[in-house]
Amino acid sequence: MNAPTTQPKPMPEPTPVSQPFWDALAEGRVLIQYSPSAGEYVFYPRTLAPRTLADDLEWREISGRGTVYTFTVADRPTAPPWVDAVPQLLAVVEWDEGPRVSTELVGVEPADIRIGMRVEPVFDRDPDSGTTLLRYRPDTTS
Amino acid sequence: MGLRGEAAIVGIAELPALKLKDAQPAFTIDQYARLAQQVCADAGLEPTLVNGLVTHGIGESAMFAPATLSEYLGLPLDFGERVDLGGATAAGMVWRAAAAVELGICDAVLAVVPGSLAVPRSQRRPAVDPGWYGASSNNYGSPQAEFEIPYGNVGQNGPYAQIAQRYAAEFGYDPEATAAIAVAQRTNACAHPGAIFHGKPITTQDVLDSPMIADPIHMLEVVMRVHGGAGVLIVNADLAKRARNRPVWVKGFGEHVAFKTPTYADDLVRTPIARAADRAFTMAGLERTDVDMASIYDCYTITVLMSLEDAGFCAKGTGMSWVREHDLTFRGDFPVNTAGGQLSFGQAGMAGGMHHVVDGARQVMGRAGDAQVADCHTAFVTGNGGIMSEQVALLLQGE
Repeated sequence: MNAPTTQPKPMPEPTPVSQPFWDALAEGRVLIQYSPSAGEYVFYPRTLAPRTLADDLEWREISGRGTVYTFTVADRPTAPPWVDAVPQLLAVVEWDEGPRVSTELVGVEPADIRIGMRVEPVFDRDPDSGTTLLRYRPDTTS
Repeated sequence: MGLRGEAAIVGIAELPALKLKDAQPAFTIDQYARLAQQVCADAGLEPTLVNGLVTHGIGESAMFAPATLSEYLGLPLDFGERVDLGGATAAGMVWRAAAAVELGICDAVLAVVPGSLAVPRSQRRPAVDPGWYGASSNNYGSPQAEFEIPYGNVGQNGPYAQIAQRYAAEFGYDPEATAAIAVAQRTNACAHPGAIFHGKPITTQDVLDSPMIADPIHMLEVVMRVHGGAGVLIVNADLAKRARNRPVWVKGFGEHVAFKTPTYADDLVRTPIARAADRAFTMAGLERTDVDMASIYDCYTITVLMSLEDAGFCAKGTGMSWVREHDLTFRGDFPVNTAGGQLSFGQAGMAGGMHHVVDGARQVMGRAGDAQVADCHTAFVTGNGGIMSEQVALLLQGE
């Protein structure tokens, strides 16, 4: 591809549905939804609970800790904005509360990543957009 | 429940795979028209018999695709359908067409997928940037725009590698086994003149030596984009008697749509084809051992391996040893992707899924030339959309 290496990385734009999640990340907290009738945590944010379509989603703070469910080390950029960011450490983290989240790992050597390893949140603020992304690093408390 | 097996594929068309630089620009409605003409001619049936049409959509119009095609082709329709299942679209088209025929609402259905992005460019309007989002949507409010793309989780290589990594953690991984799939399909492509890699055999070592794209997936385990296009004509039993080719009856199907992004899969290594295949075999009243060839959607080698497992041809978690114990070439004991698959025929965009339908039908018709499987009467075909998130199984059979 001929795209310039300066192509900006796309930032999420919060929606009326998801705003509390992004606001909490900016404060260094992980806030996701919970459906009392289903007895399940829910991610990503929705208006009605998935599966039951119950209208009872409430926001709850979780620790944000979890385990690596899967990952890959991408030696080729997945898209032009990441040409200067390889290898990309693309991961799926499973929170202790159940749901999974797409993320990137930081502060870890690619060869040291293992499925099942404990990880903790890194609240990564992008100074240009003011958005805080949720990345992960090896758990420092375990 | 299900099909009676009274609708048949009687005409097939697949354009030879072309390198991107070699394609002649044509609008998708013209690509559709040429492929429609070819499948009717192949069947020996007049186009005016067509009264059903299935499309994935056309580049020239965001909406009203069946009506636009009906008008452009001059073929009034009693069944006009659009299917939006990514790489499972083609297989999804086939069962919908067969169901429409069996319901008696139409007699002959075009299921055609243009596969060339080379379209004429307007001199007056600025070129539209195709973007790099691929199968992900960056529209405001899209879950992918908000929760996937910002982390670089875009495109296919990363997520498929994540599936392969999870598979490795649960069942183990043998790079030579997945490489063997690519090698066998290349052997098949060398017996199929239309394939982009015809005349270019490879070895297991070639695969293992090719660059790592996203660990553990090597470059030669990833499809190459080509220009092309493919389609079939599906008709009722009366027209099947008049057609030139051996009818390929659509005996069973299954479809399962489970998620869009694999992060949210209930179980990443047990894929939707399991349920789809079970339903297809039950509907058709066939066993796995009845299958003479399989054409398995193969965007990556890991896709083939996991599809063979989940469709029930070998036990879950044993696929790595199973593919090394079997010969997957057209000469082998379990022929897979006998025209090269998308890995070695080339992936003509959305037509990639139709490659597998045509591969299966061509074998059952007995028209696969040098790559013909002996005594081939039953084909198992899969389609796979997204990141193993929506899958369709078909069972096709000659009389």
